[in-house]
Amino acid sequence: MNTRQQSKLIYSWYGKPMSSDRKLRTTQYKGIIITSESSRTETCIQLGDFILVEGVNADRPYVAQLLDLYEDGAQHKRAVVQWFCHIGEIPQNKRKLLKREISSQEVFFDQVLGYDTDIDAQTIIKSIMVIPLHPGEELPITLNKEQTFYVKQSWDGKCFKALSPDTFSKLKAKKKKGSTPDSSEPFIPSDILTPLKKETESVVQSATKPKNAESKHSVSKSSLAKERQSQRAVNDIKTPTARKKLELSSPTRSKGRLLGSEVLDLLDDDRDAIAPLESAATKRKVTFTSDILGSPPKIPCSNDKSKSVSDTAEPCQRFSDTIRLSPYPKAKDFSEKAKNLHVEDDIISLVGHQKPGTQSPVLTPRSRRTCAQRTSALIAQHISVLNQEDDLSSSDSSYSSSSEEEEEEEDVPCTPEKKTKSSRIFSTPKSSSKSSVHTPAKTPKKTPLPGTPKTPRNATPEIPRRSHAAQKPASVLEEARLRLHVSAVPESLPCREEEFQDIYNFVESKLIDGTGGCMYISGVPGTGKTATVHEVIRCLQQAAENDELPPFQLVEINGMKLTDPHQAYVQILELLTGQKVTATHAAVLLAKLFNTPGPKRKTTVLIVDELDLLWTRKQNVMYNLFDWPTQKHSKLIILAIANTMDLPERIMMNRVASRLGLTRMAFQPYTYKQLQHIISSRLKDVKAFEEDAIQLVSRKQYIPRAGGMTARVVIMHSDKMSGFSSVWHNVAALSGDARRCLDICRRATEICEFAEPKRSPEIVGMAHVTEAIDEMFSSPYINAIRNASLHEQIFLKAILAEFRRAGVEEATVQQVYHQHMALCRIEGMQRPTVSEMMAICSRLGASRLLLLEASNKYLHMRVRLNLSQDDVMYALREE
Amino acid sequence: MKSAMSKRKLKDTCGASAECISQVQKILRERFCHRPSATGKLFGIEFQYRHLLELLKRTTLHGESNSALIVGPRGSGKTTLLNHVLKDLREMKQVRGNLLEVHLNGLLQTSDKVALKEITRQLQLENVVGDKVFGSFAETLAFLLEALRKGDRTSSCPVLFVLDEFDLFVHHKNQTLLYNLFDISQSAQTPVTIIGLTCRQDILELLEKRVKSRFSHRQIYLMNSFDFKQYIKIFKEQLSLPAEFPDEPFAQKWNDNIQHLSEDKIVQDVLQNLFHHTKDLRSLYFLLMLAVSAVTVHHPLLTAADLQEASRQHSTDSKANIVHGLSVLEICLIIAMKHLNDVYDGEPFNFQMVYNEFQKFIQRKAHSMYNFEKPVVMKAFEHLLQLELVKPLERPSARAQREYLLMRLLLDNTQIMDALQVYPNCPTDVKQWAASSLSWL
Repeated sequence: MNTRQQSKLIYSWYGKPMSSDRKLRTTQYKGIIITSESSRTETCIQLGDFILVEGVNADRPYVAQLLDLYEDGAQHKRAVVQWFCHIGEIPQNKRKLLKREISSQEVFFDQVLGYDTDIDAQTIIKSIMVIPLHPGEELPITLNKEQTFYVKQSWDGKCFKALSPDTFSKLKAKKKKGSTPDSSEPFIPSDILTPLKKETESVVQSATKPKNAESKHSVSKSSLAKERQSQRAVNDIKTPTARKKLELSSPTRSKGRLLGSEVLDLLDDDRDAIAPLESAATKRKVTFTSDILGSPPKIPCSNDKSKSVSDTAEPCQRFSDTIRLSPYPKAKDFSEKAKNLHVEDDIISLVGHQKPGTQSPVLTPRSRRTCAQRTSALIAQHISVLNQEDDLSSSDSSYSSSSEEEEEEEDVPCTPEKKTKSSRIFSTPKSSSKSSVHTPAKTPKKTPLPGTPKTPRNATPEIPRRSHAAQKPASVLEEARLRLHVSAVPESLPCREEEFQDIYNFVESKLIDGTGGCMYISGVPGTGKTATVHEVIRCLQQAAENDELPPFQLVEINGMKLTDPHQAYVQILELLTGQKVTATHAAVLLAKLFNTPGPKRKTTVLIVDELDLLWTRKQNVMYNLFDWPTQKHSKLIILAIANTMDLPERIMMNRVASRLGLTRMAFQPYTYKQLQHIISSRLKDVKAFEEDAIQLVSRKQYIPRAGGMTARVVIMHSDKMSGFSSVWHNVAALSGDARRCLDICRRATEICEFAEPKRSPEIVGMAHVTEAIDEMFSSPYINAIRNASLHEQIFLKAILAEFRRAGVEEATVQQVYHQHMALCRIEGMQRPTVSEMMAICSRLGASRLLLLEASNKYLHMRVRLNLSQDDVMYALREE
Repeated sequence: MKSAMSKRKLKDTCGASAECISQVQKILRERFCHRPSATGKLFGIEFQYRHLLELLKRTTLHGESNSALIVGPRGSGKTTLLNHVLKDLREMKQVRGNLLEVHLNGLLQTSDKVALKEITRQLQLENVVGDKVFGSFAETLAFLLEALRKGDRTSSCPVLFVLDEFDLFVHHKNQTLLYNLFDISQSAQTPVTIIGLTCRQDILELLEKRVKSRFSHRQIYLMNSFDFKQYIKIFKEQLSLPAEFPDEPFAQKWNDNIQHLSEDKIVQDVLQNLFHHTKDLRSLYFLLMLAVSAVTVHHPLLTAADLQEASRQHSTDSKANIVHGLSVLEICLIIAMKHLNDVYDGEPFNFQMVYNEFQKFIQRKAHSMYNFEKPVVMKAFEHLLQLELVKPLERPSARAQREYLLMRLLLDNTQIMDALQVYPNCPTDVKQWAASSLSWL
């Protein structure tokens, strides 16, 4: 949305350069004007204003305060800002420190070091309000969630602090300054007075006629859009803002500064006055927050274009109507000056202010829109109210009714209102909140609300809790088993110290430099690749928390956990920003994110597990992944994990492999000593295994490399149970896989427990381990053949005989059948029928002792053995 | 002798009523047909039973994640074993309501997408509305993984995944489902236990290396490892009537009879023969089913002859049965093909060759056989083709003439000779011709 809008915006400096630095060749300005081409409206943002800045997530722009504006040597418009951060930008684990619910309207004064405060001025979206609050205060309720933020605490990356009085006053001062009108003298009273009547109007409306909701909504929808068109609508909500509108039209600053302190006091007052509202407000807060989910701030923006024309036109007309019907003939003069709406409005009301009158009952804003007469009546009525209550000290209503943002264009709500009106004021939020409840239902854009059944996106998945508590391990063996489970997280990763250090150094250096890079990690399964990487990340996070390293964001994807390689984009984007979009859109967004310099961007560490699964024919997923880190501004570190060492050479195109770079690391399979060490360190003080037993497990898991004859002998020695080829089967099944090793140990404890349930000194010995290994890795074929029925065995023998006769390791059933009958004759047995033979054959085929062709060939079906002839002979002979 | 014996029996048991017999039929048929139910008994797999029970108990009580495969040939009682364990597990006090079960079958969940939807449905997670699961494949996967990731060992309810026909899941793309399930079982997430049932002995070789590494390599083998004595015992137990049978004297008589049968030489021979062919208990049940069907009011007790008859039916050759119903002309064609097979050592033949061979026979033995026209012979040949006694080597195409299409005979010589032995009213010349192609010399 923003990108589209941005293309139509022109940024230009406001006023003359204030100062220029010749050496740096920069010139400083005090404001920037954003002109929207489409609607030909201008927004002026000045130093000290609070602004929204485009961020990673289009739905969640950053909040900042504009500190400086300058044009650098290359004629780029730059801005220096003080950041504020949303709750969403604070790491999950740190949020707990707050110990309270955070409204989405609350921001934190950002004191984290390392964020770039120098941004491109073109990323400024618009200006907003940020109001400092004391820690104890509740957030006031306002409708205008997108434009008002509150700051209570500061955040320095480690902890939250209350705003220091200095900062607080500075923020306040800034706000005041920003909102102080720079208007020339004759306008000041009008400026202050006018809003009062308008304000009262809105208060009355909302208090007495909640049905207004709809019409209010209709206006509020376009509010944001208007804001960007009209330079005066920038700071619309509050008393001070209204004055600022004048400031823009008359840019002398002297007066405004003087007034500032008063206004601030007023503001403080009205916060206090709102305090009693809290109880009533708390309930409503819930609806607010849910609202936010459903209505991203971008929605109003999107309305911008469509609404702009009518919106600009409308006030003009309305205004002229007002003037025509106002009781003062002088008003007519203003009707011609339709262009300068707000100034005129103010002047009119200044005039109207002199007219005494009585307060008349309510009118809906809608009717006001359609019927000009009513509008004028309303204005008249408010003028009368103004006359009655001339007290400037209270700005309560202005504050609370700031929710009535929809009034912003025609009525400037800067109301110093009388305190006696407080009863009405209290009712204001009620109605406004009501309207906010109605709002989503009426806005078609907001359909994906969390509650709707068709969209399970926001559902929180959870497995039900167990009804009984899990039992604690009762015996030594159970304790050992718990520790030996692969899922148990060890305190340290023994035997991977070197690899750990290498990866740590790599990521650390990139983090410190603020650059990007790739590292490719390979190794056979179960060698601790993922575990080591996780351990590295954990340590880095620890270091980042202790402020030894710049903070970073972790994103982890696993090729095996994706349904399609392109889903990688979706997952990365979701983990990064929380957006859920389609794969193609996600790719675009990510490319934009990593290829363009963004403000306030942390380094991203991306772990890509099972990289080979991301392979596509065009390899565009891999290409993009490895291309991003090479971009200048990406700040992306990729740790890619896969099994094969030569993956880049084997499956990647040259351009992909080249981007992956040469930073590679291979995890060697564990040696038996290392495996032994791993088991011992896991068991630690739990004495459940004999030393020899551990050694046996480790040795069994170790693939002997060239010259590892001793290990081979050990394996053959203990594999008494099966034939030679099955021994080799076993060796193939084994590897330096730590998972395997732990599983064997776990099984051994079970066998030990199973065998001797009563004996007190339970300790796993050699026998148990051997049994476990036999059970897990003995070739099942031998056993299956021995337990087959007699005719099945004869059939296998017949196959062997047929193979020997033909000299080919393949035969048809018919040939085997003849051999079978011959064997039956020798054994003196009844020969089976062909049907029985086929049944035998398909049974052996189902358990894959035989490999069969499709069975429709019947007698001509070809048969092969799925294991070696030696194994079959070995299995059959020993009976 | 058979009829005399049954008459005597009839006299003995004229008290047995029709209801009684139908009751017997009902009990026994239920026993033979609904095998995978947990009501039957387990034979010879007590060790495996204890192993599996311990495994699942640890999952439910301690929240320990596990994975195991139950491997055994068809009919070896894999499902029965699992059902028994689950039934006993559900009866335990600490376990009740503490285990979520997800049952998948490789024949039903033919892709990971379907399987994931089924899992979400069975777990009744939040994106299930009614019976439908919303969201795309990717969303469902992410959703499910998220759900399982949130749990931990001590607080989440353990989930048991039963994957029937496990070997079919192996063929899913990338083995995504298996990888994820096994990965969860090997990481500190919601405790899960994955039990796979398969009849393939080479199942581990089918797993992808990463999937294999995550599998705990626990395999429970069911091998039908009983001997003939136990087989007889199973036979006896399966046929015996339960103690709670309404008509007690009849049940007593029936059970006594079964006891006698199990010691009978003829019965033992029948059983021995079957045992030699297959140890699969389903075949035994099928045999007994055939035998029990012979029990009627007039023939209330099972006899050895019944079993013999059942065994004969059970083991008859299907193709030889078809040959019985053929016409003499068709038989002659088959004999001609047999000779062609002998002469050309199993090389394929076509109709013309068969016809020529048949003509040779007719010319020599013209007196015993009517000389059929060629189209008639062709018709007979096509009938054989339809019965799948002959099979073309390749699909018949429009261009090739039917007479010259290459064929193979799907009968073995022994089958042909056996069939001829029992073929009624077979001309002697044909029989002689069948015995030797040179009989005219």
